[in-house]
Order: sequence, then C-alpha cells, then structure tokens
Amino acid sequence: MQFKSMVLSNVEVSPSYFRMRMTAPPTIGSSCPGQFVMVKVNPAIDPLLRRPFGVFDLGTFETEFTDCGRQTYLEILYKVVGKGTAMLSTLHHGDHLDILGPLGKGFTPGDPAGEKLLVGGGVGLAPLYYLAKELVRESRVHLFAGGRNKEDILCITEFDRLGVETYVATDDGTLGAQGLVTEVLEQHLSRAGANATIYACGPTPMLKAVAFLAEKYGIACQVSLEGYMACGVGACLGCVVQGKDHSETTPDYRCVCKDGPVFDQADLLWS
Amino acid sequence: MTHPNLSVDIAGIKLRNPVMTASGTFGYGSEFAPYLDLEKIGAIITKGLSIKPKAGNPTPRIVETPGGMLNAIGLQNVGIDTFIGEKVPYLRKISTPVIVNLYGNSLEEYGELASRLDGIAEVAGIEVNISCPNVKQGGIVFGTDPKAAFEVVDLVRKNTGKPMIVKLSPNVTDVVVMAKSCVDAGADALSLINTLTGMAIDLKSRRPILANITGGLSGPAIKPVALRMVWQVARAVTVPVIGIGGIMTAVDALEFILAGATAVQIGTANFLDPSAAETIAAGIETYLVENGIADIRELIGALKTDR
Repeated sequence: MQFKSMVLSNVEVSPSYFRMRMTAPPTIGSSCPGQFVMVKVNPAIDPLLRRPFGVFDLGTFETEFTDCGRQTYLEILYKVVGKGTAMLSTLHHGDHLDILGPLGKGFTPGDPAGEKLLVGGGVGLAPLYYLAKELVRESRVHLFAGGRNKEDILCITEFDRLGVETYVATDDGTLGAQGLVTEVLEQHLSRAGANATIYACGPTPMLKAVAFLAEKYGIACQVSLEGYMACGVGACLGCVVQGKDHSETTPDYRCVCKDGPVFDQADLLWS
Repeated sequence: MTHPNLSVDIAGIKLRNPVMTASGTFGYGSEFAPYLDLEKIGAIITKGLSIKPKAGNPTPRIVETPGGMLNAIGLQNVGIDTFIGEKVPYLRKISTPVIVNLYGNSLEEYGELASRLDGIAEVAGIEVNISCPNVKQGGIVFGTDPKAAFEVVDLVRKNTGKPMIVKLSPNVTDVVVMAKSCVDAGADALSLINTLTGMAIDLKSRRPILANITGGLSGPAIKPVALRMVWQVARAVTVPVIGIGGIMTAVDALEFILAGATAVQIGTANFLDPSAAETIAAGIETYLVENGIADIRELIGALKTDR
C-alpha cells in the first residue's frame, strides 16, 4: 500500500531521537507488530531513496472535523543518523509525506502462556512498543532496554503504563544497571520457563549475543534486523542476510525487507 | 483526440506502450504486482539470469549518493532451473511481454542459456547482459571489447530464434563502436545504458562503503550521460534502441524518445515508487493528448539539433 500522509506531531523525545505521529489509512490497522514502512522524506531526488522505519504505534484519534469521525494514525520512533533522518526531524504538523507499507513479516505472538521477553537496544525499541501493546493482552511481558547512556533509553514510561516489567542497562550506568543489556537478560533467562519467547531488536552485535543466549538456554527467539535497502519489496536485493544454509555454492540469502525484518534466530547464519 | 497510439515494436515484440522495467530493479515481476497493474506497462525485464544460482556479493551492497545510488549486488539470482520451475508459471498469467536478461560466466554459458530459453513460450525475448560492472567473470569483460562483444552476441544469435536485445555499458571510450559490433553480430535491438562504475568512501572508517569497493551508479545523476549515449547510438544504427538511465518521470522518458529511443526502461525509479512504470506510461499518453500527437512513433528521434 502506498499512501500520502500528514504529519500530526514530531517531537524530540531524547537528544537526536524523535517520535513522529502521522495520518494513515484505516487499513494499516491490519498490520502486525514488527512490520515497517518506507518513508520518502521529501519529494526531491536528494535524498533519493526512501527510509525504512519500524511501526512504533498505531491508533485512532478524534479529528476536529465532525464529519470525518475517527482517523487512524501511525507512529515511528527514529534516530537522526544522516541526511534523510535530519530532514525528517525538521517536519511539522501539516507537512506531507509519501509512505509505502506496511511491509515485511512481523513478530509471531507464540504461546500466550509463555513469558514474553522483549530486548531492545537504543532505537531498536521502536517496533517493540507496538508488539508489547499486543502481547500484554494475554501474556506476561518483560522489557530489557539497553543503550550507551540514559539518553538512549527511550519511552520507558510508555512500556510501564502498559504493565510491562522493565529492566534497564546502560554502558555508563547513568540509568539502570551498568553493563550490557544481555547480561541483565541472562540473569532472567536462567529462571525463565521453557515456553518463554525472546523478541529482540537493536544493533547486530546485541542481536548476535541475544541469539547466543537463546541457544544456550533453549528459548525461542525472534530478531528484527535492520538492512540498507532501496526498494523494501524484495526486488533490489540490497538488504540480504545469510540464512542458516548459506554457502558460496548454495546461496541462502534472505531479504530483510521481504523475508523479514523479523526472523527466527535459528534460521540465520550468525558468523 | 481519443486515445493516441502508444504501441511500439521492438524486434517483433509488440509493446502496448514504450515503458519497460529494467533488469535487476523489478525482481521477476510478481514482487511488484501489489503496487501496479502489470498489464499497463510495455514489458517486464527480469533479473539477470545465469545457469546456476548465483550468491552475489557480500553486504553492504547498496549506498545512496547525491541524485543516485551505487549497487554491487553481483547478479544474485535463482538460476535457470528455478526460474523455469517457479517463476515462469506466474509470468504465464500476464499478457505483458516478459524479456529475460541473461548473463554467463563464459562464452559457452551465454550460448547454453540462450538455447534453453529459446524453447520457453512465455519468454518473449532475451536481453543479453554484457555490461554488469559488479562481477569478475563475464559481464563487462564482454561489454568493453568490441571483438569479445561480437563473439558473444554471435554465439547467442546462433542459439536463439527469439528477439535479442543487447544491453550496453557506458564504461567504454566509444559506445558507438560497441553498438555497431553488436548489431553486426546479429543484435535485433540495443538497450543502454547499464550503470556507470563508481565508488563511495566512509571518511570515519576511511574505507569504501561497498564491500565490493566499487559499484554501479544509477538514478537521476546518470541521466545526461545516458541521454547522450542513446542519441549517439540511435543515429548510428538501424535497429531499435531502448533508453535507460535515471528516468523518473514521463518527461524524462519523452526526452529519451526524442533522442532516438523506441522504448525506455525504468530502473531505480521502481525502488522509490513501485508504481513508477505505470505512472510514466500514463504521463506519456497525457503528453501526446495535450500536444495533439496521434502516435508515439512521431516522436522517436524527432530531436531538432539545428539552431
């Protein structure tokens, strides 16, 4: 689906991290947590490509026009890392965007009886909020949030409000425990039930460490990957990662955009 | 005026309009079906196909540059057996002509691919890739030497009765020499240009951004180069020329047609807007209606160069 959207708000929630709310067609409500959208940050040719963002939240709001009734909105949480995101951060209420999505395969909820362990590194928290909202309906949800410092720990109060039990770790100890989020996760894993599921999103080294822990404790683990992509629909083959059966003679490449961004960690080759 | 005639003929392949999708930017067709009506575009050119499945290059494979992008995918593809088994059945369902882009590691592989595709009814024609800048063997090795190009095109010609398009590289001193060599060897049409070899550097790490170090530049940044080469080649050969290079809008496409292109291919624009090819075809029709032109063929090569 491709749609024109209007920015409703664009707020800096922590230095260089923004949360943008924008209008979306009602059909976006059928998307599942973990899917993403491709946003054209301006109509010009520089920057040329769309930017992918995980869906942070979806909802409806009452419009000021009585005949319009309730309108659907979409939220993204993003970090300013380059030209495209810098331009995005300057947009205001009333500005327009061209959006493609929802795209890709999202998270699978799994057994409701099992504990849900969400692990987010920095802006990797983005797709986990929408996931948490869905999971708390039926399951006990824990969030493990990691970052370099307290400014990398985003929107924790929103997770709190959902009733999610949160654990924080920062490299410099400015918030939560000092150290890696995976260390905090491991303390929990040693007593987690076998039917628990891990859902992780963040930098690749963190995902690799989480995948290793999932193997070690025999716990199901889904990871949401980031990829440098041009199209978002599986055509350009720019964002591929190696699947578990990959070799030079038997290529097993998976597109982050189409086969993911969410994968079962056991399906990937973690070199 | 009612509906102007947009149809063109490329070496016997009848296109309802002159807008095709470029190889490597449109998958095998089905990827884009949710976003545009495949029946509204002129032709689909599928991802470069080799005999065996090809893994492609390590990542990062893509980087954005001002007005363009560099790619070093390295011709990752499913190989001809999977293509025939899994992709052809879908292509059977659409009436739009499907042209298969093919590529070999050796002269013999080009011949074998052409011969195997010759028997497949769903394949309307082939596009011989002698211009990929991202693979060590084959590809551009054949596309930068007029003698080598002649040999490969001649061999493919002997192995196929289907219309044969040869895709040329801009990474040569004289594109007209290459074009003539391919036509002499039996090419029914020429498509140009493939990407320009380029690179991008990360100042922080002081390393090339692409794992392959260099990649192929595409997008609006290359349009003036492509337009010039299409104009030069279209004047020098009698076979149809297909223009490719940074076409984002109907205006861009019409410029290529004026320069001598019988049809155009949409590449990078598909990534930004998966419905680009359909939008551009509609835009060409609007231009013809608004300017009272009854037939697109009136515009082909109609560029005025006198002052």
